[in-house]
Amino acid sequence: MPKYNITFADIKTTVAVPRGTRIVEVAEKIGASIPFGCKENDCGDCMVDVLEGAANLSVPSPLEIDLLKQKFAKPNNRLACQAMVLGDVTVKPA
Amino acid sequence: MTKSPVWLSERVQWIGALDPDMRSFDIILKTPNGTTYNAYAVRGSDGVAVVDTVKAECADQFFERLEAVARYDEIKVIILNHLEPDHTGALPELMRRAPQAKLYISQSAQLMIKALLNQQDVEFTSVGTGDTISLGDRTLKFLHTPYLHWPDTQCTYLEEECILFSGDVFGCHFCDERLFNDKVGDFRFAFEYYYAHIMRPFREHVINALQLIEPLPINIIAPTHGPILRDKPTSYIQRYRDLSGQGLQSEVNADEKTLLIFYISAYGSTTQMARMIRDGAEQVAGVRASLYDMEGGDSDLFVDLVEDADGILIGSPTINGDAVKPAWDLVSSFAKINVKGKLAGAFGSFGWSGEAVRMLEDRMRGLKMRLPLDGVRIKLIPSLDELEQCRKYGQEAGEHLMGVNAPRVIDMATLLASRKELIN
Ligand SMILES: Cc1cc2nc3c(=O)[nH]c(=O)nc-3n(C[C@H](O)[C@H](O)[C@H](O)COP(=O)(O)O)c2cc1C
Ligand SMILES: [Fe+2]
Ligand SMILES: [Fe+2]
Repeated sequence: MPKYNITFADIKTTVAVPRGTRIVEVAEKIGASIPFGCKENDCGDCMVDVLEGAANLSVPSPLEIDLLKQKFAKPNNRLACQAMVLGDVTVKPA
Repeated sequence: MTKSPVWLSERVQWIGALDPDMRSFDIILKTPNGTTYNAYAVRGSDGVAVVDTVKAECADQFFERLEAVARYDEIKVIILNHLEPDHTGALPELMRRAPQAKLYISQSAQLMIKALLNQQDVEFTSVGTGDTISLGDRTLKFLHTPYLHWPDTQCTYLEEECILFSGDVFGCHFCDERLFNDKVGDFRFAFEYYYAHIMRPFREHVINALQLIEPLPINIIAPTHGPILRDKPTSYIQRYRDLSGQGLQSEVNADEKTLLIFYISAYGSTTQMARMIRDGAEQVAGVRASLYDMEGGDSDLFVDLVEDADGILIGSPTINGDAVKPAWDLVSSFAKINVKGKLAGAFGSFGWSGEAVRMLEDRMRGLKMRLPLDGVRIKLIPSLDELEQCRKYGQEAGEHLMGVNAPRVIDMATLLASRKELIN
């Protein structure tokens, strides 16, 4: 399985993860300062700023798009519990 | 018990319910005096607003009082300051009896209302700070005060009479049919207890809400539980200010961060580890580390420290395959405060299986604390090399706390492997 690098800019930590890993799974294990709540596209707490490689994340589902709108998200915001890593990407807490 | 409404002002009546026999609430609260579910009716020249309802079991009292105040077809507006079932139990029936009434809820309540009513086609208007609705000669204005104590909570302010319908904020579980704070029995302990268990975990949100509430002229605070505060209402706002502030001033400078190291030890090994970890952390500029032996204190005292701290490390030996009770008591007490996002870690000595550290780490991760490092576990008595490992762990924890850690690259596979260590 190919691996890609996800970098958490706030804690200067890069993790090589298998394709398809959700951001929140890694964030929690390495203690990144991304807050999270429900992890199922409901609370919106885990919003991240995608600094680089936005196109290397899975496309947002209609439900994620709805929630991002409700949370007044900026264009480079994604939910860490939804976005899957499909290439190199750099994120920080929104 | 007469079930008549009670006047707060010329246009506002209490139409809530008394529940004197309730003895515990939401599992976590003891309620020696029972409680009340306060709901209110506001009459304007253009119709009536109902502010909050009551628990389902008490709906009869609520409807009896409401019927003495207004006809159902006069109800123009239903405002829900909080969707918890103790205030929305009577809502479905009220919506059936007053189908023309429009529902007003907070923006964050939108995500919950469908799950509450189990109905897909609920019609409502969501409102935020500054939004108003007019009842003709009376105006209701909304304040968005989320997480007091649910994500959806808000307050509603009746402008012409300076009455704040505050929801659970400023409430307490105290049932006394005399209803007003200048008439009821001594309810001060209930007010403090309610704050400590319901509001304290949301301290930052309390402070944000106070910023919205304090500038308002207030004649009466009308919460959803306990006495209606008409005598010196602002003193209760001031009390929330005090409770949400710090006690003694902190002697830590703004550019410093605090790291509290709690430990307990039967034979001294975990103590040795704790001291070395402290020394390591202190090497990082800006870290103020301190040691606390859990054997000499209890979690009720420690939790106040934790609330203000930036990082927390907990050391426990493994005894019978587990961390020891004082360590778990400390972690359990974290539910009373907000620890989300605080740096955390665990360490400890063990004899053969050494489960304590990973168990504590998992629990703190579950509380949404931030654990960037795997804690040190040392077999029996720490050697010099192992003490150096402790010092390094303390230093790295300090660096993460100050945000000056060296960049690092980790493979997900090793992350998962270090977790598996738990099992063997
Ligand atoms: C009653 C008792 C039960 C113990 N159970 C375990 C255990 O289940 N697993 C383990 O790894 N060590 C166990 N130990 C060993 C201790 O964890 C070990 O002695 C450790 O070094 C004590 O650290 P301390 O000096 O900080 O108290 C046990 C020790 C005692 C006294
Ligand atoms: Fe509540
Ligand atoms: Fe309540």
